[in-house]
Amino acid sequence: MSRMADVAPSLNGAEVYAGSAPDVAGAAAERLRRTHELGQPVSLRSVARAFGDRRVLTGIDLEVPAGQFVAIVGRSGGGKTTLMRLIVGLDAPTAGEIDIGGRPVSGLQPSVRLLFQDARLLPWQTVIGNVGIARGPDWEKVAARTLADVGLAGRENDWPAILSGGQRQRVALARALVSEPAVLLLDEPFGALDALTRIDMHQLLERIWQQHRFTAFLITHDVAEAVALADRVLVLREGELVLDARIDLPRPRRMHGDPEVARHQAAILSAV
Amino acid sequence: MTARRLLSWLVERAGPWLLPVVLVAVWETAARLELIPARILPAPSHVALAFWETARTGALFYHIGISTQRALLGLLIGGGIGFVLGVVNGIWRPAETLLDSSLQMLRTVPHLAIIPLVILWFGIDEEAKIFLVVIGVLFPIYLNTFHGVRTVDHGLIEMARVYGLGRVALFWRVILPGALPSVLVGLRYALGIMWLTLIVSETISASSGIGYMTMNAREFLQTDVILVGIIVYALLGKLADALTRVLEQWALAWHPAYQPARPPS
Repeated sequence: MSRMADVAPSLNGAEVYAGSAPDVAGAAAERLRRTHELGQPVSLRSVARAFGDRRVLTGIDLEVPAGQFVAIVGRSGGGKTTLMRLIVGLDAPTAGEIDIGGRPVSGLQPSVRLLFQDARLLPWQTVIGNVGIARGPDWEKVAARTLADVGLAGRENDWPAILSGGQRQRVALARALVSEPAVLLLDEPFGALDALTRIDMHQLLERIWQQHRFTAFLITHDVAEAVALADRVLVLREGELVLDARIDLPRPRRMHGDPEVARHQAAILSAV
Repeated sequence: MTARRLLSWLVERAGPWLLPVVLVAVWETAARLELIPARILPAPSHVALAFWETARTGALFYHIGISTQRALLGLLIGGGIGFVLGVVNGIWRPAETLLDSSLQMLRTVPHLAIIPLVILWFGIDEEAKIFLVVIGVLFPIYLNTFHGVRTVDHGLIEMARVYGLGRVALFWRVILPGALPSVLVGLRYALGIMWLTLIVSETISASSGIGYMTMNAREFLQTDVILVGIIVYALLGKLADALTRVLEQWALAWHPAYQPARPPS
């Protein structure tokens, strides 16, 4: 928990620079500095996963540097969720190896957190109880601060049942952030939200990622979402990576009406 | 308009009470006119008097106390065993394989059928009555706990593991609260069985308790005291049910079904 305390002041610093967004170069320098603090590199070497005869992933090779925002796009049944479960450690590959921060993955790790498609809040815990699910010293203070950070200050003692879909995902995001993850995986977390709420959530996620500098993996079937948020878009088709596109566009990006964004979207769509 | 609304309100409120009140009035009249012999069914006013009389001497409360003690002790032991078995079998497959089919087999035996055996084992002492209650409440609690633990949302358990909860925290913060609605259904069911079992076992062999009081009254043809005993059983049953409702309101406050209506935000 001392780590939590160390991070707190730098969080405030990040908030300040997020407020003065135009300074792109300064932001990039800030980002580089932070990368060494929190995010961890993830590397996959010929990772394969089969369920009986059905080969879901066939020899995935991937190097993701610390702090990168990666989007994985593909049709349903293409192995996206399986890949995510392997990186989290909920499942083990049938072949190959996954390293996070230079150490091979075997089982669940405290530095890796997953945001589920359905928020998976405990209905019998209040909002703050859900955010501080792992408890730990001073958890209430940390959880309240994180909740305020995702825009849910004042909702600490509500039951999850009365929250909207977007609010539930905000709580889930706060729950993931409390433990200051080095790697955050998001499994289509905005798939069930309406278009306007999605845009809010994109902005929130981008801001949070710029503050915390974790390595992010976003699974999505929405190509526009992937191009708007990610540094790099991977297309997974029938268990193979068929496209690895870098998106070097300034942030925040517009999802529609920007020719550069449209060009990337078209290239990725043709690969999916 | 307001007069009509008042009337409809009155009907709605008083409606459920109408039939019982009329029935008691008819019963009282019939008894007073000696259409029904007092030995078969004494007038409600006589029953009320007998109630007052047994309460005044303290006999009523003595017997209620003894009965309640037996009931609660049996519930505690039987419910505890059922709960522990339900939890263990629910979260640990080998235990389920070993125990569940045997428990299901025992469950099909009507527990009152073992009364002769229980009398042989324990005589007519306290143990016999408590043992019967234990057997009676064990299975509904076991079944519902087992079912509750087994049907806890698997996604929540997986989430808890990803978020670093150990086995103990997983049980207290995820599995138990998830199983609680089902456990409470089992408890309500068990409470009904608890009183039923106690009534039967106290009428068969006892020297105290409400069941004994009514059987004793039968010897002396005190039909009014028998009715007092029956009413007390009904009240105790209702009281137990009301207490479980309060427990549900408190323990399931998170559940949408137990929340006051509120505009969605």
